[in-house]
Amino acid sequence: MSTRTTYETGLEKFNRTSKVVNIFFNLIFIILALLCVIPVVVVLSISFSSEESIRETGYHLLPVALSGEAYAYVVKQGTMILRALGVSALVTVVGTVLGVLLTTSMGYVLSRPTYKLNGFLTWVVFIPMIFNGGLVSSYFINTNLLGLKDSVWALILPLAVSSFNVIICKTFFKSTIPDGLIESAEIDGASQLRIFFSIILPISLPVVATIGLFLCFSYWNDWFQSMLYIDNQNLYSLQALLNSLMSNVDALAKNAASMGVSYAVLVATMPKESARMAVAIIIVLPVAFAYPFFQKYFISGLMIGAVKG
Amino acid sequence: MRSTAEQKNKRKRLRFQWHKQDTELTLLALPTTIWYILFCFLPMFGIIIAFKNFRISGGFLSNVFNSPWVGFKNFEFLFKSNDAWIIIRNTIGYNIIFIILGIVLPVLFAIMIGLLHNRKASKVYQTMMFLPYFLSWVVVSAVGWAFLSFDKGILNQMLVNMGGDPVNWYMEPSYWPYFLILLNVWKGLGYGMVIYLATITSLDSTYYEAAVIDGASIWQQTRYITLPMLKLVIVMLFILAVGRIFYTDFGLFYQVTRDSNSLFNVATTIDVLVYKQLKSATLGMAASAAFVQSVLGCATILIANWIVRKVDPDSAMM
Repeated sequence: MSTRTTYETGLEKFNRTSKVVNIFFNLIFIILALLCVIPVVVVLSISFSSEESIRETGYHLLPVALSGEAYAYVVKQGTMILRALGVSALVTVVGTVLGVLLTTSMGYVLSRPTYKLNGFLTWVVFIPMIFNGGLVSSYFINTNLLGLKDSVWALILPLAVSSFNVIICKTFFKSTIPDGLIESAEIDGASQLRIFFSIILPISLPVVATIGLFLCFSYWNDWFQSMLYIDNQNLYSLQALLNSLMSNVDALAKNAASMGVSYAVLVATMPKESARMAVAIIIVLPVAFAYPFFQKYFISGLMIGAVKG
Repeated sequence: MRSTAEQKNKRKRLRFQWHKQDTELTLLALPTTIWYILFCFLPMFGIIIAFKNFRISGGFLSNVFNSPWVGFKNFEFLFKSNDAWIIIRNTIGYNIIFIILGIVLPVLFAIMIGLLHNRKASKVYQTMMFLPYFLSWVVVSAVGWAFLSFDKGILNQMLVNMGGDPVNWYMEPSYWPYFLILLNVWKGLGYGMVIYLATITSLDSTYYEAAVIDGASIWQQTRYITLPMLKLVIVMLFILAVGRIFYTDFGLFYQVTRDSNSLFNVATTIDVLVYKQLKSATLGMAASAAFVQSVLGCATILIANWIVRKVDPDSAMM
C-alpha cells in the first residue's frame, strides 16, 4: 500500500509532454485550484469586513473596510458559540473514540477464521450495506424507542459504525497480522480481549488512524443529525448554529436578548452578516489546517477501501 | 482407513465445538452487534409504518400496534400527487448527469495532472482541489449565499457593474440545474481525481517503456495504455454509482438551495421530500416514499453487483 502522493509513473520516466502543453496544463490546473479555494477566501474576507461596508456595498472578494468586529462580537457574545464549539468538540472526540472501538473490534472478530459465529456476524454487517429501513423509520426508532430526541447521543451514536469501515478493518487485520502472532499469544494464555487491546490495536495504527480520521471529519462536519434530532439550542453544534444563523439572521440577537440585553439595541449594533461568515470560518479553519497533513492517510484509506479483501 | 475416518470425525466435532475464545470473541463483538440491531435492523422492521396511518404519540409499542392498517393507501396518495414524478425525475436525472460528469472530468484531469512535469506543483494543485471535499454543506451553503444573495451577493454586484440587472437567484428555478451540477462537480472533483490518479500511478512502468521503444507518442500511450488500464476502475465506480441512483446528496439539494419554495420543481429529490414530510409530520407519505427508495435502492444495488460479478468476479461484493 503506497501512501505516497508523489508518483513515478511510466509516463514520467519515459516520455514527457512538450513544454507548451505542460504550460497549458499548468494554467488549467492553476485556474481549477483557485476556483476551489477562492470561495473560502471570500467567506474569510467577508468575515473581516466591517458591517457598515457590507450594508452599503454588499459582499466583496476583498474587504472594502477591514474590521475584526465580527470576531470581537463572537468572543464577546461567546456563550452560545463557545457552547456550540464545545458540543462539536465533544461529539467529535467521543464519537471518534467510540466509533474506532466499535469498528475495529468487529473487524478483528470477523478476521478470525476459526470463530464459530463468523458467518452470522458477517451477514449482520453485510445486510445493512444493501438494505436499510429508510429515514422515517430510523427517525421513529431513534426518537420514540431509544429516546434520542434532544440528546447529545443522537449526534454520536447513529454515525458511529459503518459497514464499509468494518470491512476495511477486517481486510486490514486479515492481510497484515500474522496468524502466528495471535496463536502464540493464545498459547501464552492471553484472552481475546487482551490480545485485541494490547497486541492488535497497537500494531494496527495505520488502519486505526485512517478510520479515526474519516470519523473525525464526518463528526465535525455533520449537521444532519442536529437538524433531525436537536431542538434545544444549548445542544447545537457549530454546524447547527451556522445552519440556524443562515436561515435566521436574528438567532444570535435573540439569544443575546434573552440574556438581558435590549433586543432592539442588539439587532441594530450586532454584526450579523460578518458574524455569520465568522462562524463559517471557525468551522472551516481546523479542517483547512488539518487536512493537508492527513491527505496521504485519506488517500491510502481510499485505496484500502477500493481494494477488496 | 478407520483411523482417518475417526480423525476426520474428531476434527469435525472440534470445528463445531464452542471454545473459550469463541465466548471472548462474542463478547468483543457484542457492543457493535447491539449497535447494528438498534440502528440498522430495528428500522428495517419500522418499515411497516409505510402501510399504516401513523401518528407519533405516546409510547413505541402502542404507536406501532394501535395505528390502523391502511394497506397501500399511502403509496396511492404519493403516486397520485404530481410530486412523485417530479422527485423521481429529479433524483434520476441529476444522478445520471452526476455519474457521467463524475467519471469524465476526474479521469480527464487525473490523466492531465499525471502528465505535469513539476511534481511539487501537481501536489499543490491536488491539495487545493481536495479542499471543497472537506467542507460541510452548511458551509457550502454560506459560500453560496456570499455569491448569490440578492442585494449583497458578489454575482449580482458583478452583473450591476457590467450594466445588467440583479437577479434574485434563489427565486429563479431556471438557473439551478446548472448551479447544482456545478457545485457537485466543484465539491467532488478533487476527490475523484485522487482515486483515478492513484490507479494511474500504480500502473507498471514497463508498459510505457515498451511503448516508448515502439515509438508511441504521449497521446498514443494515454489512448492505448492509461485509458484501458483505468477501464476497470471506471466500470466499478460507474456501477457502484448506478446502484445508488435513488439516493441523492441531501445537503446539496436542501442546504445549498436554502429550501426555497420557488425551486421545488428543480431541486426536490426523494431524500428532500422524505425529510420535508417527516418534519411536517405527514408521516405516511414520507414513510412510503422512503420505503420505495429503500426497496428500489436494494434492487439496483443487487443488480449492479450482479453486473460487477459478470465484469470482474473479484470486485463483486458478494
